[in-house]
Amino acid sequence: MINNSLKQLSAALAAKKISSRELTQSYLDRIAQLNPTLNAFITLDAEKTLGQADAADRLIAAGKTGPLTGIPIAQKDIFCAKGWRTTCGSKMLANFTAPYDAQVIEHFDAAGAVNLGKTNMDEFAMGSSNETSHFGPVKNPWDVQAVPGGSSGGSAAAVAARLCAAATGTDTGGSIRQPAALTGITGIKPTYGVVSRFGMIAFASSLDQGGPMAKSAEDCALLLNTMAGFDTRDSTSLDRPLEDYTRSLAQPLAGLKIGLPKEYFAEGLASDVALAVQAAIAEYKKLGAQIVDISLPNTQLSIPVYYVLAPAEASSNLSRYDGVRYGYRAPEYHDLSDMYKKTRAQGFGAEVKRRILIGTYVLSAGYYDAYYLKAQKLRRLIAQDFTEAFKKCDVIMGPTSPTTAFNLGEKSDDPVSMYLSDIYTIAVNLAGLPGMSIPVGFGANGRPVGLQIVGNYFAEAKMLNVAHQYQLATDWHARMPSGI
Amino acid sequence: MEWETVIGLEIHAQLSTVSKIFSGAATAYGAAPNTQACVVDLAMPGVLPVMNKGAVERAVKFGLAIGARVNPESVFARKNYFYPDLPKGYQISQFELPIVEKGEIVIQVGDKEKVVGITRAHLEEDAGKSLHEDFHGKTGVDLNRASTPLLEIVSEPDMRGSDEAVAYAKTIHSLVQYLEICDGNMQEGSFRCDANVSVRHKGTEKYGTRCEIKNLNSFRFLERAIEYEVVRQIDILESGGSITQETRLYDSDKDETRAMRSKEEAFDYRYFPDPDLLPMKLSAEMIAEIQKTLPELPDAKRARYVQQFGLSRYDAGVLTATKAMAFYFEAVMQIVGASNAKTAANWVMGDLAAVLKRDSLEITQSPVTSEQLAGLVLRIADNTISNKIGKDVFEAMWAGEGDTDAIIEKKGLKQITDTGAIEAIVDEVLAANPKSIEEFRAGKDRALNALVGQVMKGSKGKANPQQVTDLLKKKLAG
Repeated sequence: MINNSLKQLSAALAAKKISSRELTQSYLDRIAQLNPTLNAFITLDAEKTLGQADAADRLIAAGKTGPLTGIPIAQKDIFCAKGWRTTCGSKMLANFTAPYDAQVIEHFDAAGAVNLGKTNMDEFAMGSSNETSHFGPVKNPWDVQAVPGGSSGGSAAAVAARLCAAATGTDTGGSIRQPAALTGITGIKPTYGVVSRFGMIAFASSLDQGGPMAKSAEDCALLLNTMAGFDTRDSTSLDRPLEDYTRSLAQPLAGLKIGLPKEYFAEGLASDVALAVQAAIAEYKKLGAQIVDISLPNTQLSIPVYYVLAPAEASSNLSRYDGVRYGYRAPEYHDLSDMYKKTRAQGFGAEVKRRILIGTYVLSAGYYDAYYLKAQKLRRLIAQDFTEAFKKCDVIMGPTSPTTAFNLGEKSDDPVSMYLSDIYTIAVNLAGLPGMSIPVGFGANGRPVGLQIVGNYFAEAKMLNVAHQYQLATDWHARMPSGI
Repeated sequence: MEWETVIGLEIHAQLSTVSKIFSGAATAYGAAPNTQACVVDLAMPGVLPVMNKGAVERAVKFGLAIGARVNPESVFARKNYFYPDLPKGYQISQFELPIVEKGEIVIQVGDKEKVVGITRAHLEEDAGKSLHEDFHGKTGVDLNRASTPLLEIVSEPDMRGSDEAVAYAKTIHSLVQYLEICDGNMQEGSFRCDANVSVRHKGTEKYGTRCEIKNLNSFRFLERAIEYEVVRQIDILESGGSITQETRLYDSDKDETRAMRSKEEAFDYRYFPDPDLLPMKLSAEMIAEIQKTLPELPDAKRARYVQQFGLSRYDAGVLTATKAMAFYFEAVMQIVGASNAKTAANWVMGDLAAVLKRDSLEITQSPVTSEQLAGLVLRIADNTISNKIGKDVFEAMWAGEGDTDAIIEKKGLKQITDTGAIEAIVDEVLAANPKSIEEFRAGKDRALNALVGQVMKGSKGKANPQQVTDLLKKKLAG
């Protein structure tokens, strides 16, 4: 059952071949077996989880089922779920119980899905390896010496190791796509504004988006159907008619124009990744696609622009973690100022502090114009690159990550080197475009390689179609790590 | 070398919306601490602000009323600093592009008028309250007030004395109530003034270093604080020192200003546009709709009273000071007509205002309704009673004894206008006061008043004073 698609699971539940409780219990057992090694989950609550499974079974018995009813889904610990400990991977919120549900959680509850537990993540979503979590690093199921990527490393590992039917993640600079690539699964970050940010703990407000992570594009489409939707509680949420993201899956790809940016195949790209990606492109040609050479000239700027804007927004978003109303407070202090300093020094990890310092600096008087304002202007140029490119092609493809998964500890001493691994994914967030990653093979060390697909605004259905057709013709997405 | 005072005021008016500016929690005053703060107000992880339409409408109304530009696009910005009553660690305000810019207002200072410029007005959220005195050695934080909508109104530094500053503050106070965008309750903190005060030698262009005096919540304190501050600054400068730019508080017990315990460690607020709120776009239609809802404003009302009712600018000013008084007065005028404007005005501004004050009542709580007062004015106008007797009738009406006619009837207060009856009393008085007659004929006009007084006394105050005077004069003339 662990390799079943969501459609297959749903059919099995409807046919009473298995109950939601049985299905859920089987995942809980598998988690108990493998999580001590992988550390993909921060919080589990069998009682609550099985309670939801029972409720789903009652719906199924009454014939009231939808595509996700009774399906156990792992939730990235960035989504507030009422009554659940919600930590965001941080000591700051290690004992925080969310008093309300995020829109995403509300939608899953309404769909009858089962909350399997809260997955591990880089602290406050800041990281590309899931090594900054207060709750310890997550191991890549393909090679436990390797990182799973980040910040949605726990969700990625959980899907790859079949510890859940599917999972949710969030993506600010690549945090769904890059871990999906490093763990050989499928993940999609929708257009900015499609998934509500209400209840999704904020890192960088103008860049954050929630999205699905699963074993296939089809599964992602089903999840996106549930996650997407206008929310009056999020002023950046888009009021658009609801879409069925599965509607285009079956379309043939003949005539599809795929843009390959020359900047994505230049220096810095590991040769084993390049090989797997090129093989995937060749497969797309067989499926009827045409390749178009394009250029995204401002690609190199995207890292400095992102590492000015994201920390700036984060430095302000994280000010609320001050030990006054909830969360961690330093046990000893002698006045207000001391309390603030100790609480934040003790409660935040090094990477979070680093980004808060950077963000505070670029917003400060005398530096705002040179850094923050300048970065906002460059952001517009980066977005324009894509607008130009989409005049020539339907989707843009390239490697998701310049290398396969690196080893634990390999880059954690060199933040800049860590930041550079986001080179292909970051511009997509800066432009607000949808982006996804699908597994297309393995690198020299047997670690997965991901292909990134970038679409124009609101082109999710098309992108999922492009991914799905590839997944019908190949089986990389069906591979499972051995030994687990 | 003469000193000149330069004052600019920043007024924070709490907008009268039912819910908060960025959340749906209630804004009602007086609730138990932390019972009106929802997850958004508490800055829980993952919450987001949503704009309150009513707050925007009220800001637009204000902008239109002061002839300002209402910006079709304005931006919300985060003002970052740490303090326990600021849950997010930033205040959502407006910085570079406020909703309202460049208006003006006319103020009355004594018998002179002055135009005061208003640089801008912008929307922002209020912080919670810190209670330093109530919890032995600790500070209590009540977040009920957090995220209440404020309109910050910033004047140009156009005022030159505490009198002008107070006149300006009162004018704005009156205006926001006229517009029904703020209840103006200063004790509850709905209307707070910060004064920026500096001095310079008269004739110089350059502004002196200013100090900001915060949170003055009465006009009296505003006046006293400015007076003290001006003297303080002049003293420093005259003894060769210089003014430190700082924030100060007014201590009403000691009647002095003192430097504030520094609330924010840094002066750099690191303003940047709030990415959780899109730039706010207002359509011309929306602004036009709000324009339609503007009531007749105090200035226009004042001008109309002068034109239509022939009242002086001063009287018109008093009657339009509050919307409630203007409403009452206009209701009286509806009944008594323009020819009785002066009488009606005197009664409303004088006797009515005095007893309202005496009994601590608002005009809306007056036991004498506008219809009743109109009735009184008419009976004075048609000579049924004199103005003096009118005062007795008024007191009786105030005490709930009925309408004018009923009281006149019951107490037999009808004025004696019958010439024969008056003449009889006049003859009696003249016969009894030969000395006064002599004095009058000798040129002492006061003697006439004494005789009039005697006749009025003899008629128990009911004789028509004008008729008495005319008749006496006639008889004394021989």
